[in-house]
Amino acid sequence: MSSSNKGFPVTVNLDKCIADKGCTVCVDSCPLDVLAIDPDSGKAKMTYNECWYCLPCEKDCPTQAITVSIPYLLR
Amino acid sequence: MCETSFIEESVDVLVIGGGTAGSMAAIKAKQKKPDLNVFLLEKANVKRSGAISMGMDGLNNAVIPGYATPEQYVREITVANDGIVNQKTLLAYAANSYSMIEELDSWGVKFEKDENGDYAVKKVHHVGTYVLPMPEGHDIKKILYRKLRQCRVKISNRLVATRILIDSDGNAAGVIAFNCRTAQVVVIRSKATVLCTGAAGRLGLPASGYLYGTYEMPTNAGDGYSMALHAGAELTGIECFQINPLIKDYNGPACAYVTGPMGGYTANSRGERFIESDYWSGQMMQEFYDELAGGRGPVFLKVNHLADETIEKIEEILHSNERPSRGRFHEGRGTDYRRNMIEMHISEIGLCSGHSASGVWVNEMAETTVKGLYAAGDLACVPHNYMLGAFVYGKISGESAADYAAVTSEKEIDYRQVREEAGRIQAPLHRSGGLPAEQVEYKLRRLVNDYLQPPKVAQKMKIALQRFSQIRIDLESIAADTPHELMRANEVRFILDCAEMAAIASLYREESRWGLYHNRQDFPQENTEEWNVHVQIKKGDDGQITAFKRPLEPYIFHPEDHEKRIYHHLRIAQEEDKVS
Repeated sequence: MSSSNKGFPVTVNLDKCIADKGCTVCVDSCPLDVLAIDPDSGKAKMTYNECWYCLPCEKDCPTQAITVSIPYLLR
Repeated sequence: MCETSFIEESVDVLVIGGGTAGSMAAIKAKQKKPDLNVFLLEKANVKRSGAISMGMDGLNNAVIPGYATPEQYVREITVANDGIVNQKTLLAYAANSYSMIEELDSWGVKFEKDENGDYAVKKVHHVGTYVLPMPEGHDIKKILYRKLRQCRVKISNRLVATRILIDSDGNAAGVIAFNCRTAQVVVIRSKATVLCTGAAGRLGLPASGYLYGTYEMPTNAGDGYSMALHAGAELTGIECFQINPLIKDYNGPACAYVTGPMGGYTANSRGERFIESDYWSGQMMQEFYDELAGGRGPVFLKVNHLADETIEKIEEILHSNERPSRGRFHEGRGTDYRRNMIEMHISEIGLCSGHSASGVWVNEMAETTVKGLYAAGDLACVPHNYMLGAFVYGKISGESAADYAAVTSEKEIDYRQVREEAGRIQAPLHRSGGLPAEQVEYKLRRLVNDYLQPPKVAQKMKIALQRFSQIRIDLESIAADTPHELMRANEVRFILDCAEMAAIASLYREESRWGLYHNRQDFPQENTEEWNVHVQIKKGDDGQITAFKRPLEPYIFHPEDHEKRIYHHLRIAQEEDKVS
């Protein structure tokens, strides 16, 4: 799960992400529930490749740590 | 296999789905009967769930005094949906539409107004004027959430409802659900239950091949269609598929309702208009399909003839509302609205009464045919309902449910049903090896494209049903390693039920109607003598899905003869056509 996220549309800037301080905003907001806290890094991470590129995670993130790109198959 | 344990709760009014209709239903149930215990169950998180998680750019069907009357609206939707409507339900929507806009306005939802402070309504439909833009509509879900909290509605997120519980009298008595983070099974007993689970958005496979690149919010997998079926409720108009004109591959609206009033239009590869009205109807989609297939495609949205400041305004609206990632999609392909036309295509098929007419049968009180079960929004059949229809019927369903719950005593549930369903929900977790849900879903939806996508033909749909029965056997082999995968595994069941219903209803209606939505190659003509009826779908006593006719309710407003065919003449004659 930790290394098989090639081509996933949601990327998290680990320097900006404050999930390790208890933030779960993006994990809470994702309508498809594809984000989770990575137990290794304590940061948010896209876990399932099921993104609707809808953007609540990016818009709601308090530190602008998230970038959503259009999934490769659609680009 | 060990018996599944479950948590049990008891409420007065249970609303399943916290999107547009469900949030409103819960608010209105609580406002109507403040003493009742109102519970809102949501598959995702109410703050950002449903079709309007990122807001909406306008109302497509606002009936506002001075621009339109309820009678005019009912007449227009009756002809736009080729006569197959229950006018009472349309009228209940139309008559309550304006007061709902005013109420949403008072809650802080922003609608476009002119310099006098009046609603700035635009014309997109063939006859009437019903489109009210919401250039700042991105906060609508936040406003609903605030209202839910104010009203003290109890909310539970990340619960996936799978079956309606039925008591010994055949009435709805609650729901069984599970948590998609923990797999914990939850049983909620209720006096009244409102289904607001949205469209069946993961039915067809998008041309991109990406399972989640759907037009509809893919969390809406047809859950409520399946739950209504197994609860014994009637569904209707399932053969009137949803197919929409969308930005190719991105699969979001382009969106003609926003750009149309500013001068944009749908064009063929020559940059010429070919349809008179951009309002989405089956007839319009047929013209779109013919243009794509007839050598004048691809089809485009054309705005590149507009002034820079107009395009700037269009971009501001389209790139901040509803599907705001449109902007980065275009950027990736180097599409600039100022220079290029925007390539469009037709979407995969879905079931959605918000845009077409497939849904759970409801009357003007939002009652289904199962006592104690109500439905509203995209999954309830009130043709061309859209977002404002979801709000209006959310209100109607919430109030109906509250009135009923207030005079109803607690219902008994059937623990045998609970144990069976709990076992079925969790079975994929106990399998090792087996099939991944993703592959079963991909294959199922690929079959939907191969055999159900219009134009429709009987032999293909019969093959579809046979292949679907094999997928039903495969359901018993799906394995899940995590609660999240368990959610996907259970969703395949919903999708399969919807696919079977789509095939059976389409086979049953032996005529063509609604343009592309139900274009039967083997019955190319509309047959008003035999088929001016609703086609209903229901689970029979033998557990099999059956189809039957339901007569139309007498019209309240009879469309005039000259009105009846207006949606059949959408094509603009080309110069060369005129010559020949």
